[in-house]
Amino acid sequence: MASLKDMRNRIASVKATRKITKAMQMVAAAKLRRAQEAAQAARPYAERMDGVLANLASKVADKNSAPVLLVGNGRDQVHLLIVMTAERGLCGGFNSNIAKLARIEANKLVAAGKTVKIMTVGRKGADNLRRDLGKNIVERKDFQGIKQLNFSHAEGIANTVLGMFEAGDFDVATLYFSEFKSVIAQKPTALQLIPAKIPESKGDAVKGAAAVHEYEPSEEQVLGDLLTRNISTQVFRGLLENAASEQGARMSAMDNATRNAGDMINKLTIKYNRLRQANITKELIEIISGAEAL
Amino acid sequence: MAGTFKFELVSPERVLMSVDADQVVVPGADGDFAVLAGHAPFITTLRPGVLDVTSGGSKRRVLVKSGFAEVDPTRLTILAQSAFDVDELTPSVIASELKTAEADLASAKDDAARSAADALISELRRLGPKAA
Repeated sequence: MASLKDMRNRIASVKATRKITKAMQMVAAAKLRRAQEAAQAARPYAERMDGVLANLASKVADKNSAPVLLVGNGRDQVHLLIVMTAERGLCGGFNSNIAKLARIEANKLVAAGKTVKIMTVGRKGADNLRRDLGKNIVERKDFQGIKQLNFSHAEGIANTVLGMFEAGDFDVATLYFSEFKSVIAQKPTALQLIPAKIPESKGDAVKGAAAVHEYEPSEEQVLGDLLTRNISTQVFRGLLENAASEQGARMSAMDNATRNAGDMINKLTIKYNRLRQANITKELIEIISGAEAL
Repeated sequence: MAGTFKFELVSPERVLMSVDADQVVVPGADGDFAVLAGHAPFITTLRPGVLDVTSGGSKRRVLVKSGFAEVDPTRLTILAQSAFDVDELTPSVIASELKTAEADLASAKDDAARSAADALISELRRLGPKAA
């Protein structure tokens, strides 16, 4: 049975833990706001890009001469999964949820006889997938020590992916990241990168009549240029969504931890007080019965 | 046609500029062109160069490194990979940009990349002494 001193120590240590989780929660909340702002600020660019791309893609009538980034290279054998996770843990199921989604997909593809290659972005994803899919990991990028993500990071990833595609290392690329729904909800998402998934242009009938664009140098060249750029934009979007999701997940995980620690402190304090009273009562009984015996 | 049009300069990270402009000179891939209100719809890629924005009497010059422009009769949207306000360009920034551009030129694989890097270098050289 634990002594009073042991219990006091225990309570003190849980209190210290609560302080740490509380601090982490507040840090995550502050970072979340910044990450959300960054994600929001990046939205106009992506939206315009989507708009122009959808417009252009609908014009490409002849599928045979269309750029390979748009229609694919016609094969479906080698799949590249780009798994984007966080650099750090302690954020609930954030990392493992993304890894799980990618793992299920990888196993499905392997079962279907396809070749699976994995590129991990972020240390935690690599750690998670290394155990069973380690031999499939062909490339890993870590962002350790980088405070603010910017577009050049996304470009770096995109250039690696494009280089691999040009070298014929894979046929289909899919991006795995966590979509930021709200502070408490993050959804692991798969997004097909190559061949590009072009969003259906909205209200095309209205817009199409009004805007018949000229293209310079030519439609094909503009489209080709845009498609390469689109890869980095999508990667960048994934990175930002991921950053916001990570902080959101960490915030709610730490909130839970803080609450659990509080509950634990309450329980321990009650136990401690009971034990203290029991000890006092026991001592009194000993004194009284000692006095009576005289 | 007189009047202003909506001009937006958007980088992947944020909206850099959103003003009603009178005239913008854009360094298009096939040559510079000026956009006034009522310009015909037009999409082009950009080469590295300087955007000349005139709005309500004030002028701003912005250096853009590749991107593309979407022109509508009432709107001009420039999606730029990266952009610097020329007035805020310090010699040290120019020097570091020159260095990366030269590295790009050295490692450029095809003609398009080479000419883009080359254009950026000459543009930076031109801006260099004035900003210093």
